[in-house]
Amino acid sequence: MTIMNIKVTFWRVLFVVIMIAGLYSTYVRYLHGLGAVSNMNDQYPWGLWIGFDCLCGVMLAAGGFCVTGAVYIFHVERLHSVCRPAILTAFLGYVLFIVGLLFDLGRPWFIWHQMIYMNFHSVMFEVGMCVMTYTTVLFLEFLPNVLERFNLAAPIRWVKKIYPVLVCLGILLSTLHQSSLGSLFLIFPEKMSPFWYTPALPFFFFLSAIACGLAMTIFESTLSARAFGRGLERSVMTELGGALYVVLWIIALLRLQDFVHRHVFASIFKGSYEAYFLWTELILCFAIPLTMLSFKKVRTNPHLLYLAALSTILGFVTNRLNVAVTSMDRWNGSHYLPSFTETSITLMICALGFFFFNMAARFLPIFEDEHHADSHAASASEQLGAGQPTLVH
Amino acid sequence: MSKGILYDATLCIGCKQCESACAQQNELPYDDKIAAESVQTDHKFTTVLAKDDKFMRRLCQHCEHPACASVCPVGAFHKTADGPVVYDVWKCIGCRYCMVACAFSQPKYEWGKLNPRVRKCIMCPDRVAQGLATACATACPTGATKFGDHESLIAEAKDRIRNNPENYVDHIYGLNEVGGTSVLMLSSVPFEQFGLPKIQRIGQEALPEYTGRVMDMMPDFIPLWALVLGGVYWVSNRRAEVAEVEAEERALRGGK
Repeated sequence: MTIMNIKVTFWRVLFVVIMIAGLYSTYVRYLHGLGAVSNMNDQYPWGLWIGFDCLCGVMLAAGGFCVTGAVYIFHVERLHSVCRPAILTAFLGYVLFIVGLLFDLGRPWFIWHQMIYMNFHSVMFEVGMCVMTYTTVLFLEFLPNVLERFNLAAPIRWVKKIYPVLVCLGILLSTLHQSSLGSLFLIFPEKMSPFWYTPALPFFFFLSAIACGLAMTIFESTLSARAFGRGLERSVMTELGGALYVVLWIIALLRLQDFVHRHVFASIFKGSYEAYFLWTELILCFAIPLTMLSFKKVRTNPHLLYLAALSTILGFVTNRLNVAVTSMDRWNGSHYLPSFTETSITLMICALGFFFFNMAARFLPIFEDEHHADSHAASASEQLGAGQPTLVH
Repeated sequence: MSKGILYDATLCIGCKQCESACAQQNELPYDDKIAAESVQTDHKFTTVLAKDDKFMRRLCQHCEHPACASVCPVGAFHKTADGPVVYDVWKCIGCRYCMVACAFSQPKYEWGKLNPRVRKCIMCPDRVAQGLATACATACPTGATKFGDHESLIAEAKDRIRNNPENYVDHIYGLNEVGGTSVLMLSSVPFEQFGLPKIQRIGQEALPEYTGRVMDMMPDFIPLWALVLGGVYWVSNRRAEVAEVEAEERALRGGK
């Protein structure tokens, strides 16, 4: 079916529906305030927007520093082909994080106060400064794509010259703020369930960012290979799958050690409200992907690898939502569920992420080997989920 | 000298004069309906809770080391030399970290407003600066809420317990909680019955210590990590360069 020369597909209709709902909620947010649009209240000052848009958004954008670090600092040249998509995801992730923040902050018009009224004791201040600087770094890392598109040779040389510095800076800033997102929660031990409060939260946040960075790189490479009908480098995917396997084992063992050390291991097996959420998280984070990835057959099969990566992503998203929301349920003696309008804004931000990734992949040389000229296929979103990834050895 | 408030629940008669005085002082609405509300909100900074014939007042504890001031990215909260923990609305960006961080869940939010403020008891800083007592202490007809020098209030609280041990639980709430607070409380029934968190739960350590320990590592961590990254880059880059030159030499020798 076509309307006004635009092909109507399931994904496009979904996109339009999400955008309409999201724009309506945006209208409510900026005309009637936070109370009207969200289910946040004095007991739950942080809800879905902090839990998902901010905490998970930054985590899912970690692929940028993981992959560029591996390629430019450690000279793992084999991963070069996933560098640009990883940087694109990271750049979009951070820009959308800031967009999410503009919804969540009560007084978004004063967001720049961060730069003049500095409180050096505040973890939030550190996160804010890092995110601001890192978004600039990511912009510069992303810039060559645009410059190449318009054949601007001179500025590309300038950016190339400072590239190692950018990458080093990117890793430094990411280490700081990825872990500091965990430090945010250190100051209220009394409010959080012992399942999630641990003095090691910053380490777990950093490690889970690496795991999700790798998983997201697998996820987006597989998806875009499908959407654009382009080849997927199986060896690169296998390599990423192997790295993900190792990182997940490290996190799993550290989590276990942490549970035992803080004497909460036994209570995991006592059925409680929190325990069910913890189990969901542990199964998605570790049980499923670790079992899958332990088979070589899975690591070399793009479909199965994609599923393992997806499970990891969902697992760590659950983990962060648990940290931000579920863990405080007992203290508050109540529950929080995001409202429809609140959810629709989160969905809108996600949809925008997919949209801009799609646009960039089509019009910029993100996938170096195959330029957009090759993606003659009618529509990216149309093929999404329909096509088979072709394999290139 | 630092000021404080001593609230003695055994003297309280639940008349809610403090609530009404607080509302007047802070230009908040107050009527019978609001008086009946038993939760603190953006329009009710203090509330007198009742259980049978026992009462308990809830208000900002004005911590010696306030978590709200420590976590605020723009430093919108600070503790004055007099004792009150005050809020500078013009700095606030509305991240609500203070609300999450407060062990006593005191900061409340104007959820319904477009340019919302964080609201809480600020211990009448203008009155205190002029040497006056807070509005609530002035209004209290029985002396249950008493304003004075923090140190002498501590001594008085200890005396009251010592002289009438059968009237009180043997605990001055706020003396050691989260490193001490400017507001002290005495009661004949355990404080947790009125929703005040137990000291075993919130601890005696100043809350900013928990994040401070991590933040203190930053000045050492940043240059060290930067050095390591730069070092690894230099080594791996050098290795690639050497490999390239060696390959060239091999090609040259092979060519001859």
